[in-house]
Parts: sequence; structure tokens; C-alpha cells
Amino acid sequence: MIIEMDPVTINIFGVSGYILLWIITLIAFGLFGKRIIAFIKLLLRAHPENRFDQLGKRIRYLITFVLGQKRLLHEYVIGIAHFIIFWGFILFAGTFGWNLLKGLFPFLPIPYADEIGIIRIFFLVFSLLVLVSLVFAVIRRAFFPPPHLQQSLDAFIIITLISLVVLSTLFGIGFRAVTVGQMEASLNPADNLLYKIFLGIPIDSAQGWHHMMFWMHLLVVLGFLAYLPYSKHLHLLASPFSVFFANIDRAGSLDVPGSKNETSAGASRWDEFTWRQLFNTFACAECGRCDRVCPALTSGYELSPRMIVHHLKEHLMEAGLRSKDDKTSEGDGLSPLIGKTVSVAELWACTTCYACMERCPVFNEHIPLIVNMRRYLVAQGSVDTTLQDVLTKMSRYWNSLGQSDRVRAKWTQGLDFKIKDARKEQVEYLWFVGDYASYDPRIQNITRTTAKVFQKAGLDFGILFEGERNSGNDVRRIGEEGLFEILKEKNMQALEKAQFKMIVTTDPHTYNTLKNEYGLNGTYQIKHYTEVLDKLIQQGKLRISKRLNQTVTYHDSCYLGRYNGIYDAPRRVLKTVGTKLVEMPRNRSKSYCCGAGGGRIWMSDQPGIKERPSESRIREAVSLRGVQALVVSCPKDIVMFQDALKTTGNEEKLSVKDISDLLCEAIE
Amino acid sequence: MQGPILILAEHLRGDIASLTFEMLGIGRKLADDMKVPLHSVIFGKDVAPLASQLGVSDSVFVLNHPQLDMPSSEVVAALLKTLFEQKNVSLVLIGGTNVSTGIGPKLSFRLNLPFVNFCRNIRVKDGLVSFTSQLFGGKILSDVRLQENRGVVSVYPGSFPIDAGKSDRKPSIEMLDLPLEETKVIFKKYLEPEAGDIDITKQDVLVSVGRGIANADNIALVNELADALGGALCASRPVIDQGWLPLSRQVGKSGMTVKPKLYLSLGVSGAPEHVEGMKDSGLIVAINTDPNAPIFGISHYGICADLFDIVPTLIEEIKTHKSE
Amino acid sequence: MDIFVFLKMVPDVVEELLIGEDGKSLDTQWLRMKLSDPDEHALEEAVILKEKYGGTVTVVAMEAPEVEEVLFTAIAKGADCAVKLPGDWAGIQAPAIAKLFASYFSLTQHQIGSETLILIGSQAIDDLEGEVAPYLAEILGAHYVGVVTGIRLDEEKKKAIVMKEFAGGLRGEFELPLPAVLGVQAAEKPPRYVPVAKVRSIMKSTRIETVDVSPSEIISGLSVERLFIPEVAGKAKMIEGPPEKVSTQIIEILVECGIIRR
Repeated sequence: MIIEMDPVTINIFGVSGYILLWIITLIAFGLFGKRIIAFIKLLLRAHPENRFDQLGKRIRYLITFVLGQKRLLHEYVIGIAHFIIFWGFILFAGTFGWNLLKGLFPFLPIPYADEIGIIRIFFLVFSLLVLVSLVFAVIRRAFFPPPHLQQSLDAFIIITLISLVVLSTLFGIGFRAVTVGQMEASLNPADNLLYKIFLGIPIDSAQGWHHMMFWMHLLVVLGFLAYLPYSKHLHLLASPFSVFFANIDRAGSLDVPGSKNETSAGASRWDEFTWRQLFNTFACAECGRCDRVCPALTSGYELSPRMIVHHLKEHLMEAGLRSKDDKTSEGDGLSPLIGKTVSVAELWACTTCYACMERCPVFNEHIPLIVNMRRYLVAQGSVDTTLQDVLTKMSRYWNSLGQSDRVRAKWTQGLDFKIKDARKEQVEYLWFVGDYASYDPRIQNITRTTAKVFQKAGLDFGILFEGERNSGNDVRRIGEEGLFEILKEKNMQALEKAQFKMIVTTDPHTYNTLKNEYGLNGTYQIKHYTEVLDKLIQQGKLRISKRLNQTVTYHDSCYLGRYNGIYDAPRRVLKTVGTKLVEMPRNRSKSYCCGAGGGRIWMSDQPGIKERPSESRIREAVSLRGVQALVVSCPKDIVMFQDALKTTGNEEKLSVKDISDLLCEAIE
Repeated sequence: MQGPILILAEHLRGDIASLTFEMLGIGRKLADDMKVPLHSVIFGKDVAPLASQLGVSDSVFVLNHPQLDMPSSEVVAALLKTLFEQKNVSLVLIGGTNVSTGIGPKLSFRLNLPFVNFCRNIRVKDGLVSFTSQLFGGKILSDVRLQENRGVVSVYPGSFPIDAGKSDRKPSIEMLDLPLEETKVIFKKYLEPEAGDIDITKQDVLVSVGRGIANADNIALVNELADALGGALCASRPVIDQGWLPLSRQVGKSGMTVKPKLYLSLGVSGAPEHVEGMKDSGLIVAINTDPNAPIFGISHYGICADLFDIVPTLIEEIKTHKSE
Repeated sequence: MDIFVFLKMVPDVVEELLIGEDGKSLDTQWLRMKLSDPDEHALEEAVILKEKYGGTVTVVAMEAPEVEEVLFTAIAKGADCAVKLPGDWAGIQAPAIAKLFASYFSLTQHQIGSETLILIGSQAIDDLEGEVAPYLAEILGAHYVGVVTGIRLDEEKKKAIVMKEFAGGLRGEFELPLPAVLGVQAAEKPPRYVPVAKVRSIMKSTRIETVDVSPSEIISGLSVERLFIPEVAGKAKMIEGPPEKVSTQIIEILVECGIIRR
């Protein structure tokens, strides 16, 4: 018996299926295309940014993070479900495209996708897997939602649509199995199974049902297509691009390569952002992973990285899509982005700890967004008075403490040896000491200890004395781009006059900006002092004379760990000196910020917060059994955690130590 | 110096300012050394009863007039000029306070005589008067002289002892009848300090914080110390300007003058404007990281350390001490 | 309304001050100049008044190291015009400064009238011979109030209603007609921060005017005999040691003085 398997050849309500298919397809693609073109136009009107370099690496990113779904697996249960749904989607979307092509152009010498046996097996397997995953997703969303997951009707619509796509496929091949009969069905395990299940349905009606499933599938998918760009599930389409255009290798830099615009004015309107910053809003699926790791949000500050992106999207949809191409919508009565949808307080609450960006499965970039808006606030003079004070000091004295640059190296007076002046004699290592380590009386002792250890190891090092300036890492993250530029210029001038091979820094924040934003990396190696200490030990230049029988835990500073991937050097040093290292639950890339970064160290707390991030961290360390010391490798951590020890009343239970202190004890 | 010395008595809301007695004391000594008379003058509305307190001077001139309630500097300068010329005065001492601002320079301009600001000490040697002024917030002192010992001097509050300026002697009082200069600078009203907060002038124990407190979050810690000591928190101007404590807690020139039994100063450098408001405290203990901080110059005990190292331990020790 | 702000640079006391070889002046080698704090407040108040009542703000300063940056910053903050008076003005005192500033008006033929408001920082840390504002008021025949912490204008903008600080948080309200010279102690709000980029772009786009004033010949009857650094830390008995020891000693002292009970 010859069966008419091609569903397009039938007539529906007297209209040729073929014509109907064309009409529906044109409408769906029209709606879809209109929106997408509008979006692309918006992006073209935004500030330029070059994200087209390093194509090889970008393709590797696509493979790892889109096809491999690596970051989703951080939360592995829903991660696996997402993985299955994702691959199911690829399968169904691919075969749909194939079928549509065949339907629209029947003369093509190809069969429909489901006419191929192996694909039907895939269909069967993935349909079942995806259905299970969807059920799981619905249960999670409805009954066990994680914190900060955006609950919306959108999500349930999309789950329903995916279910319909899957079910229509499953039933389609089921009815098909009946239609082809037992003989043929038995040749394919999927058909065989389905034949048995669907047996009992008369062949005539099965054929009708099969066609119905085809059309249903078609309608759902085309409807889906038209609906996508109007919903948050634009993410489906945008996220591969978002990953492809990720900030590869420059996590620690706020530079915008390819930008011709003056960036210091910041952004308060959609067209003042870069296109990649706007693209964040398309890629975001509102999954809330960023919120769940945000230290500011967790501590009760008014900040949600997810909502920052969401609010920018609202603003973009309202302002961008409404404004005409030929004029930037000056005075067009739009509600302002900053102060209304995005609050000033939340912009200042960010510690720039990078946890949100490190977690985001689609490589969205929250911090550049926030800093860009901070720049706008700074340009308007809308700055907290304490911060204003620091910026004023910084722009006059080039350090945040407002002290004379002549006393920058006063800390060296307590040493029984002289430190070389790198501006006058050649050294191997130029030590960029940093403000806190140089000026803060609470840190100076540690700085001297580090110097003693360097000296003992026979390290050939020198400092810039009053030639050193604040590196500008935090100034830049506050949004004072112009001041950052000046600080960088001044430091570059001082560095040019000095003779050295490598730079070693105390402060991870300094390390970050020297390494990633000064353009020095090609010329010199930039090292953090923990890396240098680690190397000195490995080279046998530091002999451990006393093993410390202490149980300690180690805090990964954001700018050393997440930003620059240095996790092992400090841990090796701790191991060498004989301490027993007990990890905190939030360690390495999951480390919890102390709350000092991004200029927060100079700002006052928002009223009504639950606890400061530093206090949360101290409690985490105290809860570990037998841990006597919280070891850090950042001067700001010392300041923050020693304060938090006092405010949480844990001074008896725990001490905060710099890694140099321990090493010095062990070699003495 | 041929002519007498004239002191402009300063008063606010019916009270003679203590600075007036400081000026009378040093003025008396100066007049005796130079063998010239010491005069004082008081202008104001209903000030006649105050004249008797100025007994250290040989004669007191009083000008009582309803229009002289908080007179403008130009009115006072004009009156002083007339008096200066009438009485053949050589040297005028004026209070270096906010109340008297502007009078000295205006008088000096009108008399074409020099003006000495920020005067903290006056000495006579070989018939020459030498004045010591403090400059740059007290970081530098300057010895100056005046041609023929003639001029106008602004005396920095807190520079001289008060007692030497007080006497039960009845001075000769002369009621003046001078014409008042027409003025368009009109005093409207007093604006009272914001009430509702603690009155720091009535506290026995004050814990004072300055720039060293670094940020607003640390206020809680020092407040705990003040509580433990049963006292209150006050501050120097920078802390108030940052809005970390209300204006009513400000100690110093523009703030309150306090005399608690204990003044525990934390991270206050000791700028003269601040010192002015607290130097008469019973016991002054200062903690500051800078060994050269001027606060140590006027404290009884000093600790050169970071306040954050000392305060938590101190709180604990006080609590233990109390519980014992 | 024409608002004029006269700015003065003073030695920055963050840097160590040393006495020069003559023993009568500061060692200029280590000197760094900065805008006098109250002058910065005067400028801020001027910009606030301009924002409230309109008019123009002109800032005038004597030449000094780093003064141009101060003038450009003033424009960035909202001043309309910045003027520099060239010359070597080291050590110049208030009576002579006031004369210089007054001559600025005559040289530029600015009529001083009921539209003129002049703001100057109430007192600078080096005002040995008094503050500038009252002298300038005398020369110009304008009205004056000092230690001002707030300014508003009446409806016709002919009178200023000002707040003056006395002591202990007590302030007084004065009313005076324009033209007036006000010695500003503190602006309503702390002086604003202007981003570096803005100052830099002003430097490129704006010019500082210069007005050549001739040095005034004032012979002061005051002569400086010597400058010296006061002896500090002479009085306090220093307590040393670790925090625990220091705390114990403090408590002993407090007990001894009867501040806390034995």
C-alpha cells in the first residue's frame, strides 16, 4: 500500500497545505525578523567595542560553554536538566529546519527528517529525556525555587511550548509507526516500540493524526519563533553570541578596545553603553545565578546584578525601540535609567568582586555596566561625601590616605637594612608596594615583614619611594576614569625611569590593574608577592627552619583569585611552612568577597544591612573546627577582617594573619 | 609706648566672654610693664551692669544703646577709632573670636596701623613689645613687633590665664556718648543650636573623635567606649562636617567649649580651633598615631598608637574592672 | 547678580613646614601650595548661589604655583570666568592683598553696585595681618559680615540674608544690602568633586584671563622677627606598651583621678 506520507500535499479547509505553509512561515519569520533587525539597529547605534579578535579562542568558548554548557553545571542538578533540554532543542530545532525546508521546497531531493530511522531513534530518546527534564524544571520552579529566580509567566509559557514541540514529535513518529505497519516498524527499535504502544489506532486515522502532529509541530515552532524575541527567551538565540563575544582573557580589565569615544562621561542612556553591554540584556535568562553569589545582595545591600541587567533591558526596550534612528532621544520624555529604574545606592553597593560574572552561564558583564553608570554619577558630581574626600585626596596627594608623597617610604625606617631605590640603581624585582601597605599603620608592620623575607631570600629588589602613586584600580572602579588615566600616566613615567626585570605587588588590586590595564604585560612580568614567595621557596632560597603547627584557613582575594586565577601559589606556601589548611566552604573561585573592593572600603554602609560581607566571612572561618588563623594575602583584607573580628566579637577565637607573617615565623 | 592700652570687652547674650578676662590679665601685665594705663570698653544693649566685672582695668568706658545689640563690625570699628583718638591709645586688644571677626582689620585700616592676628603670647623686653602669633593651624609660631608698639591685636582664645583678669576692685566707669555710625548691616535674630541631643557641655566624661576614626562605621566602636565610661561622644570639626555626628557634638571654635573631668581624645590631631574648646578639661588623655600631633602638647597623658588597637582592649578592661 | 570670588593659595600643611634660612619665612623648597580651605567653601557657596539665583561667577586669584589648576577646577565647578593676577606675591599680607583685589575692579572697570556680591574665605591659616574680606570691604565701601555659613537673597536680590557662626552651635542672622563682601566659613554643602576629565577638558577649551595689577606700596608697621616651630609633646606623659598594658595603665589613672570607681 502506498501511503501519502507528505503532510504538505494535503488540503486543509480547501486550501493547499503547500500555500498555507508558505503563508505561516512568512508571517512567523516576518515577525521574528522585524524584531531582530530592530535589535541589531540598536546595537549599531551603541558605542563600538571590538569583540572580533581571537576567533579561535572564541570558537573554543562556544564549544566549551555553549555546546558543553560548562558554567551551567556549577549548579549541577538543574545544570544537567538544562544540558538535556539544550541538546534536545538542538535536535528538534535542527530537524524542524530541515523539514521546513523540504516542505517549502518539495523538489529538494531529500526526505523529511523523520523518514530517517536513526533520527527517529534520537527523537524517541530525547523526547523522553527532555520530558523528564521539563517535569523536573517545572517542579523546581513551582515548588523548590532557588533564591533570586525570576518567576514569570514567560517561563511557564516556554516550558509548555517546548513540551508541545516534544510531544508533537513523539506522537508524530508514533502515528507514523502505526501507518507504516508492523513489517517496516520492526526494522527500527524506536518504531517497533512505538508501534506496540500506538497499536489499535486504525491506519486511516493514524495517518491523519500523523499529519496533524506535523502541522501542530510546525505551528508551535513557528509561533515559538515569532514569540521568542518578544520574551526573556530571546536568551535562547542570544546566548551563543553572548558567549562568542565574551571578554576573553581580559576579565580584569575595564578597557574597551576599539572604542573611539571618551569613556569618562559614563552612561545613563542606552546609546551611551557599548553594544556588548546592551547585548547583556538579550542574553540574560534571569536565572539568578549572579544574585545568588553576590556578596552585596547576600549582606542585604540594595543591589541585584540580575536586576541591573533587567532594568537596562526595560530601558532599552522603552527608550531604544521608541527613539527614531536619526535622533538620539534627547528630551523625549523617557524615564531616566539612573535614579529611577536603577537606584544610585545599588550602583555604589557593588564591590566589583566578579562573582556574578564568573558564574554567569552566558558571560554577561555586570561590572562594566555598573562602572559605566558610576562614571556618569561621578561626572555629575553625585558622589558620597566620604568618597568625595578620598577622590580629592587622591587627586592631590596620589594616595587614598591624603598623606604627603614624601612619607610614602617612611615605613622602611623600621628596617635594619636599606631598600634599593629602583629609580637610581638596577634591580631584578621592582616592588610596587601600594597605598595601604605603605601608609596604613595597621599594615606597615606586615610590609616590613615582607621586606625582611625578601631580603632573607636574597631577592634583588627595590622600590620607587615617593615616585610610586596609587595604581588606580579602585579609582577606576569607582568610575573616576580621568583620575585613573592620570595615576597610570604618573606611574608609567616613574616605571620608565626605573631599571628592573619584573614587578612584584603587595595589593592584589594593584596587581590586577598593573597586569591587565597598564599594557605592561608584554614588557615585564607582573607577580603577586605570594607568587614570588612560592618561587623563592621552590628555588630553595628560603629555608624553613620551623614547621608551624597551626591549623589555618585561607581567604582568596577576589582580585587575585577570580580575576587572575592565582589560587595555588599561596596554598603551596602555607603547605611548606607546615600549616594544616582547612578550606572554607566558599573557597577558590567561590570565595566570598571581604567587601572592600570597587572603592567600597571608602564608602559607608547602607543602613539596614544584615551583616557586612567581612563579618559573614569571619563567621564562616570561625565555624571551621580547630582553625586558629584566617590567612590573607591582601592589605585590604587585613583591614576589613580585623575590623570584622572586633565587630563580631571573635577576637579570642581567630586571628587574621598575612601569609608573610607565617612565612617569616617559619624561617626565623 | 606712650598711650594707654585699650581692651574691647567681648560678651555674648549678657555674659562677659572668658576671653575678655584673658585679655584683661595680659593687658594688665603689659600696662604695668610699660607704665601706661589700661582701659577697657564695652558696647552693647543693657551692658552697664557688666562694667563692674572689668575691675582689672583702670577705667571702663561704657556705651549702652539699643542699636548696639550685636553691632556690626563697621559700627564697632568706627566707635573704637573715635575712642582711640580721643584717649590717645597705643594698642588695642580684640578677641580673636567669631563674634569679633572683622573689627580688628577694619579698625587697623581706618587708623592706618598694623594688625596682629592669632596672637598667643605678648612679652615686653627693653621697652619693646613682642607678639607671638600662631600660623598654619599652630604648626608654626611667629614673633612680630609693631612700629612704636602701636597697633591692633587679635588675641587667640585660650592663650592666657583667666584669673589674672578678674578682680573685685571697682573700676572708674565712664559712660560714653558717641554718635553711632549709620549701618545697613542689621542683626535679625539668634539661631539656636539644634536641640534634642545630648548637651556635651554638661558631661563629666567625653570621648572625642577626630579624623583618625576614618569612617562612619567606626563610630559604633567608640560609642561603646563612651558608654562603658558613662560619658558621651563628641568630635572635632572634620567628623561633624562628614555628618558622622550631629553639630551639637562639635568641640572647638565653632562648636562647644567643654570642661569635662575626663576628655579622652581619639585620633584628634589637636588643631588650635579644636584645642580652644577643650583645653580646660580636667584630665586629657590622647591617643594618636602621629607622635608629633599637637594634641600631645596639651594632654596630660598621651599614647602614640592606633586607636583601633587600644579601644577594644580598653573597653574590655573597663568592663572587667566594673564587674570586679 | 555678579558674584566675585577671590581665591588665595596657602602652604599645604600636609607637607612638613620648615623654616627658611632667613629665619623669618618658610623654606620654599619643600613648600606645596593649595587653595585655602575657606576659599574653597566660598567658591562652592558662589556656585550654589548662581544655581539658585542666576548670575555669573568670576574667580580671581593671585599667581602662585598650581593656581592655574585651581582656576580651571573653579570653572569646572561652575564659575564662568577665571582671572589670574600675575606677579610674585609670596608673603603678601591681607592689607596689600585687599588693595590688589580692589584694583582688579578699577582696572577692569567693573562697577560695584547693588548687583555685586564678593565672597572670600573667612580666614586663611597664614593671615598674620588679618583676613582679606574686611579690608576689601573698607576699600570698596561695601558692607561686610564674616564667619558666614549660609547665604540667601531677598526677593529683589538686593539684600543678602546671611548666617554667621558665633560659638557653641549658636548662629546669628544678619541682613545687609549689596554690594557686600562676605567672609565665608563654610558653604551649605561640602565643596563638590569635579572629575579630572572635566577639568582636563576645561583646560583645553577655556582660557584664564590675566589682569596686570601693579604691586601696592603698603609699608606695614608690622615686622616679623622670627618664625619657629613650636615644641610639641612636651607636656603629655607618654604611655607605651602593648594595648593590654596601655589599657591597664589608663584605667589606673582614671581610678586615681576618681573618674571610675576603685
